[in-house]
Amino acid sequence: MKLKSLLIGLGLVAGLSTAQAEDPFKVGFVYVGPVGDHGWSYEHNRGREELEKHFGGKVKTTYVENVSEGADSERVITQLAKSGNDLIFTTSFGYMNPTIKVAKRFKKTTFEHATGYKRSKNVGTYTLRTYEGRYVSGIAAGMMTKTNKLGYIASFPIPEVIRDINSVYMAAKTVNPDVEMKIVWVNTWYDPGKETDAANALMDQGVDVLLQHTDSPAPLIAAEKRGVRGIGQASDMSHFGPNAHIFSVRDDWAPYYISTTEAVMNGTYKPQDFWGGFKDDMLSIASINDNLPADVKTKIQTTYDDIRSGKFHPFTGPIMSNEGKLVIEAGHTLTDAELAQVNWYVEGIKDSIPN
Amino acid sequence: MIRIQARVEQSTLMKIASPILAIILTLIFSSVLFSTLGKDPIQAMHVLLIAPLSDLYNIGEMFVKMGPLLLCAVGLSLCYRANLWNIGAEGQLLMGALGGGAAALALIDSTSIFALPIAILCGVVSGMVWAAFPTYLKLKFNSNLILTTIMFNYIALYLLLWAVHGPLRDPDGYGFPESALFSDAVTLPVLFEDGRIHLGIVLAIISAFAAWILLNKSHIGFQIRVFGEDEPAARYAGFNGKKLSWTVMLIAGGLAGLAGVAEVTGPIGQLIPSISPGYGYSAIIVAYLGRLHPLGALLSATFMAVLYMGGDLAQIEIGVPTAVVGMFQGVLLFFLLACDFFIRYRLTFISNQPIQE
Repeated sequence: MKLKSLLIGLGLVAGLSTAQAEDPFKVGFVYVGPVGDHGWSYEHNRGREELEKHFGGKVKTTYVENVSEGADSERVITQLAKSGNDLIFTTSFGYMNPTIKVAKRFKKTTFEHATGYKRSKNVGTYTLRTYEGRYVSGIAAGMMTKTNKLGYIASFPIPEVIRDINSVYMAAKTVNPDVEMKIVWVNTWYDPGKETDAANALMDQGVDVLLQHTDSPAPLIAAEKRGVRGIGQASDMSHFGPNAHIFSVRDDWAPYYISTTEAVMNGTYKPQDFWGGFKDDMLSIASINDNLPADVKTKIQTTYDDIRSGKFHPFTGPIMSNEGKLVIEAGHTLTDAELAQVNWYVEGIKDSIPN
Repeated sequence: MIRIQARVEQSTLMKIASPILAIILTLIFSSVLFSTLGKDPIQAMHVLLIAPLSDLYNIGEMFVKMGPLLLCAVGLSLCYRANLWNIGAEGQLLMGALGGGAAALALIDSTSIFALPIAILCGVVSGMVWAAFPTYLKLKFNSNLILTTIMFNYIALYLLLWAVHGPLRDPDGYGFPESALFSDAVTLPVLFEDGRIHLGIVLAIISAFAAWILLNKSHIGFQIRVFGEDEPAARYAGFNGKKLSWTVMLIAGGLAGLAGVAEVTGPIGQLIPSISPGYGYSAIIVAYLGRLHPLGALLSATFMAVLYMGGDLAQIEIGVPTAVVGMFQGVLLFFLLACDFFIRYRLTFISNQPIQE
């Protein structure tokens, strides 16, 4: 009798484990916005779709959209882990502490948090080298401006945004020594109304090229209306401003989602702080407008190539801050850890960082 | 011909039947909705309404979600009973979080057992202060309470944003807009090892019973009810309207402030820009669903918490987008309110034949 039940038990266990082997590998995603925002969450969701397509039936994905960064996110991440997801991507900065907390309880699940700085045994982080795209944007903007005034619609004074403002300005300066930069803080990632207001305020001050660190196409639409230029953010926004659009810097998360899923499936995964850029095909210059002069098009391409090949890194010293401090010594290139802490403006930006 | 006729007395039958009827109508409508989307309606209902209560973890989380809704709704029920149209629970909640959070950050190195009570008290008082401004404006200048409380919601939100971007920002947080994590001494104790049920939820449930006693067994409660139902009569009886407005508004503000401080010293554990996903506004629905009765709010807050949780679970388990879940919730509330119409009105059928002499 005992032997029989033992055998049955063994049979059940064996049955279970084969069933598990046939089960698809489950990957969960948490988005802060709706998947239809045409910016941040939209691109993460495209990455998810690519991931599912790449692995055919072997990977099954689930997503939860519009998850508030308050107390709700910890519950949603927990429920994704509880319902058997092996790998969970949490795609907004506000999910950092909840992700770490949930990861402590689900030690067998792997977590990947976008744009954060806290890691643990089963939590890795990943982000984009957005400053690379900004540098190319700065080159194009510097060449295209007639009033020598660039406008930057900035979201929050965090290192990523400050770094990117510097990147645009340094690039523009190399092609146009007279260029000036005006910065407006809107304190949001996505608010078409506020972004439009900021765009109009900048254009009223004579700005004729708009750069945005926010996710809606509103600034580009405003630029199109007033006959000035703009650069698309996060996704290909060319159809929102057929004449205004210079190009879009497109995020593409799919390569990272595919490689990370593969690593976790094979058991070779190790949590790290991953930065993806041109080299990894996670950032690209999309839909360069045909109406740009040939020399601008060429310069965009060569700048892109130089950054992609590693020949050039925008944050290579000597670089002075606008308070007259030597922030990067001659010959030194900022490491990723140092890039994550940029809290100064480069020399020439006539503004100070709000706090 | 169908005609709408006001009832002389509210229908007792409809008072009981209305929620049941609404739920049946919602079930019919959403069965069609889910079927057309190619989802099994029975499974969808299960995930939306039953799964949130299916295991201990989920029940715990339901309480975590219910706590702030209930605290705000109890306060609002008292206000609405007294004809005070306070829409400001959201702002009072945020100020409670900000005031209590600031205190928690000031006490971050403290290990005293008084640290947490002080932080909570600061939160409650902040909520009361935030309710006091619109109350004063109403009593002194007869300003519209609905408008001023809404405006104060925005001011509170921007104060919170300013604080987490500026003075209360974590100095070691790489400039991201959030405060340092609170220390254990200023964190609400968790009741069970594995979940997130904290002391604040117990306080919320106690507050519902306390408000019920206040409303039904005390002289103040009697005054509130009379003021709400017949203001001239209340004045004739010599009740002090000003004193009553202050009492009710301060209770509501304090409860909303408690909800805010319990949220940051409880499940969140730090000050962040997005503390509330609109609890103060949802609480208006909760209060009305609960028929402006504090114990009714207990039921309706539970119900709304289940709905919200079911919405997230539905995305995970059956892959429906949030928009569909939002539609389900909207339809349910629509039917609930629509059926309530029949408590006060009835339909009469009149034949079209001309009256013959």
